[in-house]
Amino acid sequence: MPETLFQKVWNAHTVRTLPSGQTQLFVGLHLIHEVTSPQAFDMLRQHGWSVRFPERTFATVDHIVPTTRRTRPFFDLMAEEMTGALERNCRQYGISLYSAEDANQGIVHVIGPELGITQPGMTIACGDSHTSTHGALGAIAFGIGTSQVRDVLASQCLALDPLKVRRIDVDGRLAPGVYAKDVILTIIRKLGVHGGVGYAYEYGGSAIDAMSVEERMTVCNMSIEGGARAGYVNPDDTTFAFLRGRRFAPPDDAFDRAVRWWRQIATDPAASYHDRVALRADDIGPTVTWGINPSQSVGIHEPIDAPADDEAFAFMGFAPGARVEGTPIDVAFIGSCTNGRISDLEEAARLVRGRRVSPRVKALVVPGSQAVSREAERRGLHQTFIDAGFEWRGAGCSMCLGMNTDRLEGRQICASSSNRNFKGRQGSPTGRTLLMSPAMVAAAAIAGEVVDVRPMLAGVPARSGADPAGAGKVSHGR
Amino acid sequence: MAADRSETGAGAVVRAAGTGLPLRGHDIDTDRIMPARFLRAVSFEGLEGHLFEDDRGADPAHPFNDPRYARATILVVNANFGCGSSREHAPQGLVRRGFTALIGESFSEIFAGNSAMLGMPCFVASASDVNRLQALIEASPETPIEARVDAGTAVAGALAIPIALPPAVRDAFLSGQWNPTAMLLDRYDEVRAVAARLPYIAGY
Repeated sequence: MPETLFQKVWNAHTVRTLPSGQTQLFVGLHLIHEVTSPQAFDMLRQHGWSVRFPERTFATVDHIVPTTRRTRPFFDLMAEEMTGALERNCRQYGISLYSAEDANQGIVHVIGPELGITQPGMTIACGDSHTSTHGALGAIAFGIGTSQVRDVLASQCLALDPLKVRRIDVDGRLAPGVYAKDVILTIIRKLGVHGGVGYAYEYGGSAIDAMSVEERMTVCNMSIEGGARAGYVNPDDTTFAFLRGRRFAPPDDAFDRAVRWWRQIATDPAASYHDRVALRADDIGPTVTWGINPSQSVGIHEPIDAPADDEAFAFMGFAPGARVEGTPIDVAFIGSCTNGRISDLEEAARLVRGRRVSPRVKALVVPGSQAVSREAERRGLHQTFIDAGFEWRGAGCSMCLGMNTDRLEGRQICASSSNRNFKGRQGSPTGRTLLMSPAMVAAAAIAGEVVDVRPMLAGVPARSGADPAGAGKVSHGR
Repeated sequence: MAADRSETGAGAVVRAAGTGLPLRGHDIDTDRIMPARFLRAVSFEGLEGHLFEDDRGADPAHPFNDPRYARATILVVNANFGCGSSREHAPQGLVRRGFTALIGESFSEIFAGNSAMLGMPCFVASASDVNRLQALIEASPETPIEARVDAGTAVAGALAIPIALPPAVRDAFLSGQWNPTAMLLDRYDEVRAVAARLPYIAGY
């Protein structure tokens, strides 16, 4: 019987059906960070449980870590307390931790693939909803709450109900200036923020096939914004080329044997799905959000066509029928687990080179990891950004969620390459977020207002050193 | 303030009873329920004081500011409640404020799962029934409500509506096994056997 990757991976990790009727699912990789784990470790200690598979657990600090001064103790005392708690917990239970000073530190969803910890066919859990990112490599990965973090620490298992699978085909070619971010914003616009509840999204079609692994991560990352707890792309030669040689990838001959298994766990050609949706890549243009959830987006030249949502219009200050194009911005943020990887920075820098950030805009680039930061510096991208007037920061989640001191103030409007435009998301209760691709953020930073990136791309030299298979293969500290 | 049921030990959850708090609106995300700056702590203590803090600040008439609902234990919401971030801080805040159940048109899966782990069922009802229940509570906040896991009904005054949970979640509440850690640790040799068969653990 032909099966999807989801079904094969689910079955391979099923321990048994619990008395409740839920599935006991083995978790092949558990990623933890400083914000959703301290209470889980406390619960573990209260019950006298140990960590069953510390070697299958990896930790880093990303959510609250400062992106400015990183000397310890941090100037932000709560960041110090939360980082210290994670350091103590990892030491006590023998868990590998990439703390603030470590060369491998970064956003948990950036470093997993970067280090080759994330691999096809795994089940992956993390106390963060954007864990769906790891599906870009053909893993089944989902976000969990803190009580479930406790369960995975204690048992390496979760009690779950299986998901249905919706196949989303994106066929055709993306035009220059149109990116993976525009694809996923368009999918969410079409299917809604709760259209994916109960589903895993399997992305495919010629446009997805043509994407680098980093671009696929952008797509899978925002699956949860469409309500889908997991999203994935079947592993293929692009995936294998991305993984080969990475620190935790199987070495040498073992890699070739691994590839054989990875090919087997991909969806069978005749597999059936619970639902199918198709989009034409050629129909997608630069897309921006105007509202307070990620489905509230429009093409850059389109008027806002949404049905009456008085709350969103009132909060954002847009009127029905208005255009987002031309909206003055106060802040430009390039970073996050959605768009903080080396190819994102490369593309943004290509636009920025030789131009200046508008004097009315505060612009910052926050690399997704220290490895991304080092690679950007090796390529000289940091200097391009600094010369243009961007701040060049340390790695972390930063202004995606405003948990550290990087926050919007008052009603500021931010052009952001992140994933959520919820009310208050970027740290100011009245702050406003316009989601878009990192290239569009760079264009907005320079213009001082939301603009179509495509005219600015005309005449800009093509990307140098672009290597679709190995994009983002960056050096790591040992 | 009610203690987290998971701290007092699992037991069967058959019903939730009390008065209601109607919170209207679709797609209310966990950043709004519990803004990220209140995640700056290593414990869940005190989160109940920050529920909807920004929404409450922006709107004095917000239901969480309304003294008529101060003692409510059943939160009645609309579609896709709890979407966005997986932060358990959101349901932790609700449990600590004294809520024992939610009734809504639909919930984000992660939010409903996190709530179930705390012994707080998220019942699904039709949009029209949710609206009738919200209207009834708004008209008479003191109306006692009983939501039954076993019967799959909620009764508020003269109003009786069907409410549902996913079958496995319903069974877990009724059998007292909604906090699954002990079950997951039971028969652990089976877990080790599954791990040993996985190529990425056994070795390629």
